[in-house]
Amino acid sequence: MIGLGVSAVGQGLLWATLGLGLFLTFRILDFPDMTVEGTFPMGAAACVAAINQGVDPLLASLLAFGVGMLCGLATGLLYTKGKIPILLAGILVMTAAYSINLRIMGRANLTLLNKPTLLKLPFLKSMPMYFDSVTLGMIIIVVLTLLLVYFLQTDLGQAFIATGDNEKMARSLGIRTDNMKIMGLMVSNGIIGLGGALVAQNDGYADVSMGIGVIVIALASIIIGEVVFGELTLNQRLIAVTLGSILYRFVLLLVLKLGFSTNDLKLLSSVVLALCMMLPVFQRLFNIKKVIKRGVTAHE
Amino acid sequence: MSNPILELRDVVVNVNQNTAEQIMILKHLNLTINDGDFITVLGSNGAGKSTLFNAIGGNLPIDSGDILLHGKPVGHESEEQRTRFLSRVFQDPKLGTAPRMTVAENLLLAEKRGQRRGLVPRHLKQAMPHFKEITSTMNNGLEQRLNTPTGNLSGGQRQALSFLMATLKRPDILLLDEHTAALDPKTSQQLMRTTNERITDQHLTCLMITHHLDDALTYGNRLIVVNDGQITFDVSGDAKKALTQDKLLEFFNDFEG
Repeated sequence: MIGLGVSAVGQGLLWATLGLGLFLTFRILDFPDMTVEGTFPMGAAACVAAINQGVDPLLASLLAFGVGMLCGLATGLLYTKGKIPILLAGILVMTAAYSINLRIMGRANLTLLNKPTLLKLPFLKSMPMYFDSVTLGMIIIVVLTLLLVYFLQTDLGQAFIATGDNEKMARSLGIRTDNMKIMGLMVSNGIIGLGGALVAQNDGYADVSMGIGVIVIALASIIIGEVVFGELTLNQRLIAVTLGSILYRFVLLLVLKLGFSTNDLKLLSSVVLALCMMLPVFQRLFNIKKVIKRGVTAHE
Repeated sequence: MSNPILELRDVVVNVNQNTAEQIMILKHLNLTINDGDFITVLGSNGAGKSTLFNAIGGNLPIDSGDILLHGKPVGHESEEQRTRFLSRVFQDPKLGTAPRMTVAENLLLAEKRGQRRGLVPRHLKQAMPHFKEITSTMNNGLEQRLNTPTGNLSGGQRQALSFLMATLKRPDILLLDEHTAALDPKTSQQLMRTTNERITDQHLTCLMITHHLDDALTYGNRLIVVNDGQITFDVSGDAKKALTQDKLLEFFNDFEG
């Protein structure tokens, strides 16, 4: 049981990269980027294929970051220069990525059996079961969070935030908002590509269909973090994403314990996310009922 | 004083280009704006006042003619490029500030208008004393709310902040597009007074669209009327001082009656 808990924390930390990446577009630029469903498996595919070719796992993970950035660049150009709506631009790149991923791997599924991975680094190998993924995830998340915190407090980061907050104002202050959006999409998808590489190394394989539904998982970590922790500063919100991701893993664990099968997970993920996102509506309904009640008692 | 900063020469702006409904909004408009001019801009709805601002600001491309800044053509430059010499306050308080960012963060963004923004720390703390000082000149309690997201400010405070942001880094040309119109009369007057003070003190060159005839008469050294895509009336100096509301109304009636 404790092993499962530790495993959930490890999974939560590795998958938190997706939440952090998506946070940049979904919460800061304020639009949903579907590219991630193609970027995530592409990061995994590129990393696993590279390791199979004898590339160092660390380098292969950075490569995954790079291909992720290229996906983001493609979506960004379609959206800003091609004037294609962001949702459709993302879907176009995501669909194209499927074919590219098959090309990269040469088949639908590629294993890392008996190949070096980041989790087999000497200092991780000596750890008890599941603690390797926790440690690796922790290192990655801390570094990533610190980099994002620094970036968002720079002049460039502030211009990036302003673009998502009030584009017209940003432009009137000389901020090149198209470039900011492209940059955001590139960094976001780079991080998600890296996430794909980490998850693939943890699972021991890359699969062409592993991208299906990952946007829901990434959104879940963002939204659960927000629902649980409420009003926070920007830096705290970044940390809340990781905690949300871990909590989400525990929810899944619980659901599996209740007797659902892993085949039901995507359905359950969507239900969990939908419920979280509808929370404000439920609260309003609840309040309205209270108001009606009060209205009635006042007249009695 | 008669040193031209910005010149519009024979400027034409069409809408619905290349369609059956093509309409010419600015019809070979000419305007010379001199250093230190505070010009109030009058005109009925649809006369082309906002189009004039959008043409100067680069939000709308001009179809012919040219815009010159200190004698150099800038008509081809993008909206973002023009922000190095131009700033703007919109009518809608929501447009001028980033709602989720704090007052101080907004000011910091405005301080770098038109400049390169790199991966260097923003240095918010160091800027705070300066921000406290300038916000207190607005006389509306803004200095107490430097760490408040601007979305939580009142319309008046937001608009005062927008104005402050537009003048924080001195613009060569300041465009005020009915920036007090969305406010209640008292707040509107107060912002109008601070606007006037700041423009006079800093010797800013400014165009201000207004629908208040008395504001147009009270403030500024020059008054223009835009009508049907052209400037049909242009007075400055003593001639403007001698102008009265009745005379102005007479003029309007002549044109539209």
